[in-house]
Amino acid sequence: MTNDAQYNFAYLDEQTKRMIRRAILKGVAIPGYQVPFASREMPMPYGWGTGGVQVSAAVLTPDDTFKVIDQGADDTTNAVSIRRFFQKTAGVAVTERTSEASVIQTRHRIPEEPLREDQILVYQVPIPEPLRFLEPRESETRKMHSLQEYGLMHVKLYEDITRHGQIATSYAYPVRVEGRYVMDPSPIPKFDNPKLEMDAIQLFGAGREQRIYAIPPHTSVASLDFDDHPFDPAKADHPCVLCGTEESYLDEVITDDEGGRMFVCSDTDFCRSRQSHSEARR
Amino acid sequence: MIPLLSVNGIEKRYGARIGCKDVNFDLYEGEVMGIVGESGSGKSTLLNCLAGHLAPDHGEVLFATRHDGMRNTLTMSEPERRMLARTDWAFVHQNPRDGLRMGVSAGGNVGERLMSIGARHYGQIRQTAGEWLDRVEIAEDRMDDRPSSFSGGMQQRLQIARNLVTAPRLIFMDEPTGGLDVSVQARLLDLLRGLVRQMGLSAIIVTHDLAVVRLLADRLMVMKGGHVVESGLTDQVLDDPQHAYTQLLVSSVLQV
Repeated sequence: MTNDAQYNFAYLDEQTKRMIRRAILKGVAIPGYQVPFASREMPMPYGWGTGGVQVSAAVLTPDDTFKVIDQGADDTTNAVSIRRFFQKTAGVAVTERTSEASVIQTRHRIPEEPLREDQILVYQVPIPEPLRFLEPRESETRKMHSLQEYGLMHVKLYEDITRHGQIATSYAYPVRVEGRYVMDPSPIPKFDNPKLEMDAIQLFGAGREQRIYAIPPHTSVASLDFDDHPFDPAKADHPCVLCGTEESYLDEVITDDEGGRMFVCSDTDFCRSRQSHSEARR
Repeated sequence: MIPLLSVNGIEKRYGARIGCKDVNFDLYEGEVMGIVGESGSGKSTLLNCLAGHLAPDHGEVLFATRHDGMRNTLTMSEPERRMLARTDWAFVHQNPRDGLRMGVSAGGNVGERLMSIGARHYGQIRQTAGEWLDRVEIAEDRMDDRPSSFSGGMQQRLQIARNLVTAPRLIFMDEPTGGLDVSVQARLLDLLRGLVRQMGLSAIIVTHDLAVVRLLADRLMVMKGGHVVESGLTDQVLDDPQHAYTQLLVSSVLQV
């Protein structure tokens, strides 16, 4: 039988956490630069957020309060398993409230509520290389990053406009960090791109690809666009059915097989707090 | 007069074998130089050495840059060389698939070079691309089609448009008409000759087709076994070949 006390704090051994912290520090020092690190095998499959989990494990302290979201929701399989994992191996306090958490691990969303300076946002990244599908050779993309040859990224946006009349890239929208590195913000909707300039520190971990990168607080993050086709953080043109907000990113939920649908906030904590707020006022 | 490109003692070896050896020449602004020879004579090796695709073992390649005068392109830093390759140089591959992005529309292919040097206005990029497609006789309504739906001749013309859009001063061509049928070849040559003369381009054309150099090139170098065996004005070399190999080459051309 496994005894939980046999695990080191937050599952990984101390030397591994040191190695990851070194990669994080380097990433913070060079915003947007992909730092290679020796990614470990984690007790979950690749694609479930093994990179994010390793980064979280390296930054967690026993006093932290931990929150996990999966596409905005606290109660989906991925979020629940990762939250339980750290409850078990680190014994940290967990929460579903954005404002109460000190470390938030996220898959594909940024919380609606603005984050503070004392919070850390950890992203799970499937493919860290923004140029991957434009230039398959890693040796070449590395060279392109070092020489700032980012014209190809605009070729992709050009093709979008040519084919669809507008920039149709709606998630993983490429950004330029502090005027230097072009970065893949992980598959967050482009609605979240303006929020990448925030007070909290943002860490990105890609487990299978063995890369860590970071955006320090108050770093400029510009979404790429054309002069005559400016960046547009689009969202569904509806209010949330549950809380009525028009500000948040919405999920479209199909309710029956006769075309019935509704739009609800993708950020469950944001939606719930608004609902209880309006009930209290009533 | 300062040459645009000055090549001194270029040598490239593949192990013990010679790729090319002791190549010297000067190329002046507006001049077209042909390099002919049989397969394996070192023509393409030489061209790749000049264009920075291969590192030669000896020698220097001096290029008259716009701002710094004559610079040795082999010793300049990689960012500088890559910048040169995107602006003042152009390279037309024998197989258009090597020089084009097959998954990107024709307009995007032409626009890529503009975007790589900082163009960020969609309308202007598109307009420039359209003008260039027109100059290489590709209909405007094919602009949003992918090159994979183009014929071989169209692909080659698209590759030329893509290369010339940034107004380079020196263009390297590796068998630009290889693999095309003769009537398409003739049209392409006609087009190339017009563009080269209009824009005052310098060009180095590698080919094994003597008709191509007769039509396009001012000067000619004949290579065999990695060495230049004869060089001079095109008409002079072709009409009065001195070296035994050149005589063989000229007499081997089929007469219709």
